[in-house]
Amino acid sequence: MTMNTVKFEKLPDRLPPVNTVGWVAWVKQNLFGSVSNTIITLLFFYLIFLYIPPFLEWSVFNANISGSDRSICDENRSGACWTFIKVRMEQLLFGLYFAQNPDQMWRPIMAFIVFGGLLTPLAIDRTPYKKWLLLILLVAYPIFFISLVGGGVFGIPKSDASEWGGLLLTFTLAFVGIVLALPLGILLALGRRSKMPVVRSFSIIYIEFWRGTPLITILFMASVMLPLFFPSGVEFDKVVRAMIGITLFQSAYTAEAVRGGLQALDKGQTEASMALGMGYWQQTIFIILPQALRISIPSIVNTFIALFKDTSLVSIIGLLDLLKIAQNSSRSLDWNGYDIEAYMFAGLVFWIFCFGMSIYSQKLERKLDTDRNVE
Amino acid sequence: MVKGIIAFGQYFLLDKIVGRSPSNIYQNPKFRSAIIQAILVFIVFYTFYSLYQTTVFNLEERGIKTSTSFFDQVAPFKVGFSPFLNFELGETTYIEVFYIGVLNTLLVAVLGIIAATLLGFFIGILRSSNNWLAQKFALIYVEIFRNMPLLLQIMFWNFAIFLAFLPPPKQSLEFGAFYLNGRGLQTPVPIVENNFLFKVWLGILIFSIIASFIFRNWAKKRRDQTGKSLPVLGISLSVIIIIGISSFYILGKPFAVDLPVLGKFNFKGGGQLPLPLFSLWFALTVYTSAFIAENVRAGIASVSKGQIEAARSIGLTRPQMVKLIIIPQALRVIIPPTISQYLNLTKNSSLAMAVGYEEVVAVWANISLNQTGQALIIIAMTIIFFEICSLFTSFILNIYNRRIQITER
Amino acid sequence: MKKISLLLGAFALIGFTYSSVATASTLEEVQARGELVCGVSGGVAGFSAPNDAGRMVGIDAAVCDAVAAAVLGDADAVKYVPLTAAERFTALSAGEVDVLSRNTTHTLTRDATLGVNFTYYNFIDGQGFMVAKADGLSSVMDLDGASICVQAGTTTELNMADYFRNKGLDYTPVGYSTSTATREGLEGGACDAITSDASQLAALRSETADPSAWTMLPEIISKEPLGPVVRQGDDQWMDIVTWTLHAMINAEELGIDSSNVDAMRADSPNPSVARIVGSEGETGPSLGLSQDWAYQVIKQVGNYGEVYEKHVEPLGIARAGSVNDLWTRGGIIYSPPLR
Repeated sequence: MTMNTVKFEKLPDRLPPVNTVGWVAWVKQNLFGSVSNTIITLLFFYLIFLYIPPFLEWSVFNANISGSDRSICDENRSGACWTFIKVRMEQLLFGLYFAQNPDQMWRPIMAFIVFGGLLTPLAIDRTPYKKWLLLILLVAYPIFFISLVGGGVFGIPKSDASEWGGLLLTFTLAFVGIVLALPLGILLALGRRSKMPVVRSFSIIYIEFWRGTPLITILFMASVMLPLFFPSGVEFDKVVRAMIGITLFQSAYTAEAVRGGLQALDKGQTEASMALGMGYWQQTIFIILPQALRISIPSIVNTFIALFKDTSLVSIIGLLDLLKIAQNSSRSLDWNGYDIEAYMFAGLVFWIFCFGMSIYSQKLERKLDTDRNVE
Repeated sequence: MVKGIIAFGQYFLLDKIVGRSPSNIYQNPKFRSAIIQAILVFIVFYTFYSLYQTTVFNLEERGIKTSTSFFDQVAPFKVGFSPFLNFELGETTYIEVFYIGVLNTLLVAVLGIIAATLLGFFIGILRSSNNWLAQKFALIYVEIFRNMPLLLQIMFWNFAIFLAFLPPPKQSLEFGAFYLNGRGLQTPVPIVENNFLFKVWLGILIFSIIASFIFRNWAKKRRDQTGKSLPVLGISLSVIIIIGISSFYILGKPFAVDLPVLGKFNFKGGGQLPLPLFSLWFALTVYTSAFIAENVRAGIASVSKGQIEAARSIGLTRPQMVKLIIIPQALRVIIPPTISQYLNLTKNSSLAMAVGYEEVVAVWANISLNQTGQALIIIAMTIIFFEICSLFTSFILNIYNRRIQITER
Repeated sequence: MKKISLLLGAFALIGFTYSSVATASTLEEVQARGELVCGVSGGVAGFSAPNDAGRMVGIDAAVCDAVAAAVLGDADAVKYVPLTAAERFTALSAGEVDVLSRNTTHTLTRDATLGVNFTYYNFIDGQGFMVAKADGLSSVMDLDGASICVQAGTTTELNMADYFRNKGLDYTPVGYSTSTATREGLEGGACDAITSDASQLAALRSETADPSAWTMLPEIISKEPLGPVVRQGDDQWMDIVTWTLHAMINAEELGIDSSNVDAMRADSPNPSVARIVGSEGETGPSLGLSQDWAYQVIKQVGNYGEVYEKHVEPLGIARAGSVNDLWTRGGIIYSPPLR
């Protein structure tokens, strides 16, 4: 008997059919998957064809950027007038005081650079000593910022906050808002979850009061009524008044964000720390807050985005923030008629900051999600 | 002395509350929390009291008289847009100006909520569609509009786009009986001519709507029993429309339509949606729809894959699956944050000042405040109005949350 | 218990300091500060607006300069605070500014209820209407049924309401929060006419893309005496601001201006002139100021006519024969004698 030895040999893998991989499959699946899908795709192609080229032509290819007055833009009306933005850039970024004193411009620029230098490592995962960095940013940096930009110390010429403007003012208002609102918000969030009925109800009333009112009314109140609340000797700068209003407003939103973190925290943490014999403040400071704050960072960032956008409302009470300076410039004799460029520039600056922050908060949220799943 | 008081309190109060005598009274948690709360109450009331004192003192010292007597004074200015209350120069009082402002706020809020919901759902559905282009378009839309300040958007649309590009009334853009120009949008409005017949017609219409609800319940029962379903919405809508139109003619046209006609300066007649309202409404809609679209996307994404697979495995068609499985579950996630967005939209309508729409902050907290100088009362009333809106919203939210909790069991 | 009573004590202390802030007179405060804080509009050409170098200039800003020159001897020692129409009176009565020089109309209600005092007038204005030339309108009576752009919350709005009601005309107001926005509204076709003080209309017209396309209607429907305002309850300060304005007007009457004031001071036979430039009389000390206060005003800021010519004429508002001319030339700018 002879045995036929059958040799099994693995044949080389065959290539998948052309229409299930590569760009062909991708196009088929994502653009022309069904009849309705095809119709939608064609419609969008048509819309893109209709609007994108003229827009690019206006904003890029035909745009004016050279020169230093409106004559060059007036000759070529088919393109955007970026010359206007270029000429007014200093005002738009730093306000009238620094635009008038170009030799002092290094101060806000330096302040921004230091801010960027502190912030960038925070956004990177593997940075060591993040907590300390955050602490420096929230405590030491504001002092540095005020003494550098505000001046009046170390022989730096003084510039009152009322003379700041543009992006600098927008940034200052938003940053002050978040730095001062954070501790207040944490206390309120703890208060809202307190077992003491009086503390709890005061916190709830406070939070819901500020959350129920539009910021513009609060700013009105700050600018018209605050002087009535304090004795004649106590005077506040207009900017400071806006800051007070913004901080009170923002603390309510921060409180809600922190409360979300507190609620998400496992009850076992409290129980375990109680079992160890820790008091309320020991528990809160060493066990609860570090974990809860970490969870609530994405929502805090989201409230900060909202605040950053909302600072534009100070233009209604007469402060020269980025939006107001952009608008004033486009209404001035030198550049009137170029509104779209002014609004687009201001919008773009706001957008870059807000979009950047929202990307960061989404990233954090995803990271927190996976962290928790691993646990 | 102090010791005596403590012993007294301990004996009469604490022993009753706590039921046992603590070794050291300061370590009794109830006692401590009572003290802390008492101090807090004291601080808060003291702060308010001294604020009140200073304010009264300041008002007196600066010769400002605060009273509500101006409510009944005739408003010395004109409010241009008051569709609900008739504004009569020289007769309308300040308090009526407040009502007009409130109504105008509610008007733009309602218009904005309707439009933002429709647009938001549309964009949100595009965002979750299979089509890559549609998805990306929706993504870009959402990211552009929710990351720019609303005030900037309102001003952009009003000053840079609508005012700059819309024609004067004489060269209005025509859309049938609708006209769009630098003054705003002019629409036809129905005028009731014969009151009784109009009521009859309205009655017929309401009756047919009620009938369609009964029909819906019947169809649902039938489906539960027999498994056969009917296109309920299509049938009811077409029946209502047919009945409405035919009875309209049978009753001899109980109302006519008032068309806007070009006068010397403006359009006369018809409904006038002034440009400030139009710009504000447009900007609020676009801005809020971006947030609602995001809620819709999250809602659809929250429906677990298992649900969809299960629906497929029992043989539901795609429309059935969307209607019966995805939407009911997604809505539970979508609705609460969307209701909060409605409140935000209402609060955001206060930015109307920038473009001159006459809502409550503009006519009351700005114009009336300027003319009367009564900052305290006016700002307080404005805040109370918005607080009521906010309370109303949380009330609705609570009801909704309780309802879905009950069905969940 | 000890802690609590300590806390109570602390609060009582805060409350005490709270209600006992000493109030010095405005003059002393300004002199101690070395700077005059002056509320202006900051955005109305000809009245107060930043020039190319960023300094606030205009007829309202000049009042601030003049008061600073009189009180501190230095017209540059001024801090200008731009104020919106809504916050101006609160800012003044709360002591944030020493003088409010922000094209503010003098009315009874404001005088009686807002805790402020009006001093004198630096510009006599009146409300007018501006329309497109192409519309061919010749009178406000032609505006029946028109939409009219107006700055919301101003007396302008009230005057218009009164006037139209009185004449039985119908109109639709379109209220914006700033005057530049009303101009944009008019240019963009949101309204048929724009109303404001005549001086402001002239300024707004110069900002339009084509100033020749707009024209003013002949009617002036209101009296708008504009002038600096001070807090109630400080009579000395009120006198100082009032007489600073009077000094500028008197100087023009007497022919003293910034270029010849030194020569006049050296030798002028006219005792009126000598009193103004401070070589005779006790005008300064009786106000609590230095002997040469009026001299400083004229030397550093100029007389009323100079200021007007420098800031208001460029807007296209002629002075000769108008109400803003001196009483000796047919106007109503008049000042009590400085003696």
